[in-house]
Amino acid sequence: MSEAIKKPEAAEGMILMQGVHKWYGQFHVLKDINLDVKAGERIVLCGPSGSGKSTTIRCINRLEEHQQGRIVVDGTELTHDLKQIEAVRREVGMVFQHFNLFPHLTVLQNCMLAPMWVRKMPKREAQEVAMHYLERVRIPEQADKFPGQLSGGQQQRVAIARALCMKPKIMLFDEPTSALDPEMVKEVLDTMIGLAEDGMTMLCVTHEMGFARTVANRVIFMDRGEIVEEAEPDTFFTNPKNERTQLFLSQILH
Amino acid sequence: MQTHTFKPDLPPPRMSVGVIGWMRSNLFSGVFNTLLTLLAIYLVWLIVPPLLNWAFFDADWVGTTRADCTGQGACWVFIQQRFGQFMYGFYPSELRWRVDLTLWAAIIGAAPLFVPQMPRKALYGIAFLIIYPLLAYWLLHGGALGLSVVPTTRWGGLMLTLVIAAVGIAGALPLGIMLALGRRSEMPAIRVICVTFIEFWRGVPLITVLFMSSVMLPLFLPEGMSFDKLMRALIGVIMFQSAYIAEVVRGGLQAIPKGQYEAAAAMGLGYWRSMGLVILPQALKMVIPGIVNTFIALFKDTSLVIIIGLFDLLNSIKQATTDPAWLGMSTEGYVFAALVYWIFCFGMSRYSMHLERKLDTGHKR
Repeated sequence: MSEAIKKPEAAEGMILMQGVHKWYGQFHVLKDINLDVKAGERIVLCGPSGSGKSTTIRCINRLEEHQQGRIVVDGTELTHDLKQIEAVRREVGMVFQHFNLFPHLTVLQNCMLAPMWVRKMPKREAQEVAMHYLERVRIPEQADKFPGQLSGGQQQRVAIARALCMKPKIMLFDEPTSALDPEMVKEVLDTMIGLAEDGMTMLCVTHEMGFARTVANRVIFMDRGEIVEEAEPDTFFTNPKNERTQLFLSQILH
Repeated sequence: MQTHTFKPDLPPPRMSVGVIGWMRSNLFSGVFNTLLTLLAIYLVWLIVPPLLNWAFFDADWVGTTRADCTGQGACWVFIQQRFGQFMYGFYPSELRWRVDLTLWAAIIGAAPLFVPQMPRKALYGIAFLIIYPLLAYWLLHGGALGLSVVPTTRWGGLMLTLVIAAVGIAGALPLGIMLALGRRSEMPAIRVICVTFIEFWRGVPLITVLFMSSVMLPLFLPEGMSFDKLMRALIGVIMFQSAYIAEVVRGGLQAIPKGQYEAAAAMGLGYWRSMGLVILPQALKMVIPGIVNTFIALFKDTSLVIIIGLFDLLNSIKQATTDPAWLGMSTEGYVFAALVYWIFCFGMSRYSMHLERKLDTGHKR
């Protein structure tokens, strides 16, 4: 992990969340979330389980619906309009904790599906794009295997390649390394660092603090549905302001 | 530094030695099991030889009338003489080539779908599914382009059984899938309609459905308006079986992890594409045994059309056994019927097992 990743002063706003609230039934999961992400920014969200960090990023591509406030992604506001939602999802790639590859399709077909059916890309071109990104995550030789035949780390790298094939402007990572065996965490993190080096706008929910330290522009700490603290990684790790943040950090950084 | 040397892979230990070892462990592993084995052998001895004698060794195979059956065994002459009727019902004999041609068209038309390397298979499959029913209707029913009309009242035998089964399957599967999707829809109106439909048709016996379609429906239709009895039976079968298919498919849909729906949605695939490209291929694959089970039941249930006076395979045979010239032939007739039903049902069952193996991509590790 190099310290030399450029952290560009971002210009335009990519994601804007203003006063976002969400409830599951009576349970108030998100309370007044305000977030402004510029193009090329890399944000790490952390916090105890049930703090609403996954829900926050899942609101950005409308896998979860917010009930109050505004979310604007790359100029498109998320409303009940299905067209708008699909427009946002085309530009936002997502990587899940449990990979969620399609087990009935080969690795290559997994990567070609969305470009062909959503972007209407011709088959040959979709195949080229898929192979390009599979090479980038360094598993082109697995292209014709089924996901069930790969290791967890390989599957997660395929999932990253699959999301990249749509050439998204924003990538969301929902605990991408939490379901992996310890030996496989590094290969996935290295792939993500590579993405960051290329200037991708990224939001990562993760407990990998080493990753947060090297890659993030900002670290956001959430607890009980609220953003408790938001700071640059250096400040965040060495000099957390909030008592709750200090407690959390003391528990995960032994 | 020390380097660890790994031990070599060894073959597993031998559990048994040869045929005798296998028999000792599987058939005679104790007093009780030995007794069971001997009892089973005795039962086989009791049942199988007389059955073989009746069906093969003492049976009469050649002849033209009942008088040619002199032996103690089965009189297969009866089946042979009436074979045409069992296959085609009252379809005019000089036009039976049209039925044969329909069957050959199905076999030849569907054959490319089983060639793994065939390009544009999906497109061909859809074209086949659209063109073939029209062709089959034209060949069987006629009435256009120089083919004379054969009304459905003259259809019968195995041909009618296959028509009902094929139309029932081809109609019930897509309708059932749509109902299953509708039952899981987020739109309350659609959900209510689908649930009502499914629960209604699952709640009535098929025999009632057929009876109602044949006897009651004409009472509700305006004077002078009637439509074909076979058509009514077909619609009844499709409605009835689609409700069962819907519940089988719903089981598959529920077994697909939520993450699959989310991954498809997150890519920007809309509802229909998510379902068609991601969810249904997995869900249907998972419920192949259940779907084929329903198809087998459907195939056997076609024999219930006897209640509305259609002459399917079973009814044709029943009819033939009442012929004064062939009295006392019901055993042969029903054994033949059972054999034909069994061949088709067993064929479906084996094909579904083959399909399961073929579609297994090893994700259930």
